[in-house]
Amino acid sequence: MTLTDTLQTSLKTVISYRMRSLLIILAMALGVAAVVMLTALGNGARNYVINQFSSIGTNLLVVLPGRAETSGSFLGAVLGQTPRDLTLKDAQLIGRLPQVRRYAPLNVGAAELSAANRLREVTVLGSTAHLIPIRHMKLAQGSFLAHGTERAAHIVLGAKIAREFFPHSQAIGQRVRLGGNRFLVSGVLASQGESMGFNTDEIVIIPIDYAQALFNTTSLFRILIEANSHSDIEPTKQAILETLRQSHEGENDTTVITQDAVLSTFDRILHALTLAVAGIAAISLIVAGILVMNVMLVAVTQRTAEIGLLKAIGATSMDIRKLFFAEALWLSLVGALLGFLLGQFGSLLLRLAYPQLPAWAPGWASFAGVGVALITGILASLFPAAKAARLNAVQALSKK
Amino acid sequence: MGDQAVYALNDVDLYIPSGEYVSIMGPSGSGKSTLLNIIGLLDKPDSGTYELDGRLITDWSDIEQAQIRREKIGFVFQSFHLIPRLTAAENIELPLILSGVPVAQRQSRVNNALQAFELSARAHHRPAELSGGQRQRVAIARATIMQPSVILADEPTGNLDHQIGAEVMALLENLHHGGTTLIVVTHDRELGARAHRQIGMRDGRILTDHSNDAH
Repeated sequence: MTLTDTLQTSLKTVISYRMRSLLIILAMALGVAAVVMLTALGNGARNYVINQFSSIGTNLLVVLPGRAETSGSFLGAVLGQTPRDLTLKDAQLIGRLPQVRRYAPLNVGAAELSAANRLREVTVLGSTAHLIPIRHMKLAQGSFLAHGTERAAHIVLGAKIAREFFPHSQAIGQRVRLGGNRFLVSGVLASQGESMGFNTDEIVIIPIDYAQALFNTTSLFRILIEANSHSDIEPTKQAILETLRQSHEGENDTTVITQDAVLSTFDRILHALTLAVAGIAAISLIVAGILVMNVMLVAVTQRTAEIGLLKAIGATSMDIRKLFFAEALWLSLVGALLGFLLGQFGSLLLRLAYPQLPAWAPGWASFAGVGVALITGILASLFPAAKAARLNAVQALSKK
Repeated sequence: MGDQAVYALNDVDLYIPSGEYVSIMGPSGSGKSTLLNIIGLLDKPDSGTYELDGRLITDWSDIEQAQIRREKIGFVFQSFHLIPRLTAAENIELPLILSGVPVAQRQSRVNNALQAFELSARAHHRPAELSGGQRQRVAIARATIMQPSVILADEPTGNLDHQIGAEVMALLENLHHGGTTLIVVTHDRELGARAHRQIGMRDGRILTDHSNDAH
């Protein structure tokens, strides 16, 4: 029996047992579709987080006061001392490092903003002009602390704040009050929406000196640093730590987080999550494989007389084995391909429903889904096929 | 019952010349079907030998025996044994597929067989849509499509009424006239008497073996 004939004959069989074949193909397809769609979802979430995280800056390092380690290396903590604050002087020292392209000290607080008979609480960022490019924020209009106005009482409004306070007029040039001080609106941020849970549309930015005065502090909340290049990130981190250690009288009491490290941590976590989800979905493929085995075993019992006849008219055991094998192969193949298409279609719907979620199934997942479906289907058919091939022709023929 | 071994066949020594028309008769359990299965290579004797066309077959491998079944032996069964989901033409085509005959040849040979057995109009019907006589004609067409040298028929008219049975027997005898060896197993005396050589069996042994001189 030629290969083509084997494939054709078994395909005919698959088609003639329409209901049975459809159900088993459906089971297989759902399994593969689950793998494809769930990995698409996982991958989409991963890319979403990475995009979000990348959007907050490039080659970004963040210095925060205190050590995020519990190793006990900060002896001061034992003696009841709190870590030294970060100061503007620290920021300036860091700014002189050769690896640092630009830096921005940052203070954050809340204050009441009032203008044009309106009043509301806003989140206030105090920083320098570099904050805007480092944080990848965009100004829709105006400027922030442009050259020559570094010490001016200027304020930048978030897009929503600007709309709320000055719905009918130009915000730039208006005077506002923030926590008792008067500021001149010098710029309006472009609407960017939420990123990393932080809505830049509802903040205001003022110069760092004014912020420190407003919040009555001399310490900084963070220092944001942009390294010259990606390869400079790690040296920059070391240089910053060394600079701050010297500035803080030999104490390692600051923490430097690199965007890169956080990004790769997220990447790893979400990748592992995608794998786990794919693994769970793959269980349904194993179940589908067991269904294939069951269906093929039933087929052998159902077609015992037929197998006897095939032997009588000259089919070898190998022919019989191949026929059943090919039948299972068709079921798994069609199921796997249908599942792949279903999964891709499902991912497409996901992308349409959630445009910010790039739900593309990774290539490996589609391959693995289809591959596992084929392999389980094929493995599941081996036993029934062998059982059919072993049947005794005389006994098989006598069965009705 | 008991510890005595039961032999389906015992002490059988039979020579059937090529082109002969033989009937094997006997009550059920007499071993006639077992004898037919051994002749048709579906069963192997526990001891003893079987030669076909002068070649000792008994020791051949399963694959070689399958090839002999394909090329030299045609089976006709009481219950037809057609594959229900295949059409008449597809059922007839099966042995050709198993032998790896190219599609183009298959088509013409099946068509010829359909014509020869007056089944052309029924070519694309499934067995369930065919009468008993038509089903057995499909089975005979399938048994002869490879032009075997031996036709083995196990109660070929057992499921057919008298007249249709006679027609089927005429077809089989026609094949015999064409030179094919025809071996029919039956417990129908009248049917068995049509053969030129009649073998009577009981309890696994050959009791009678006589030939009509009318040959």
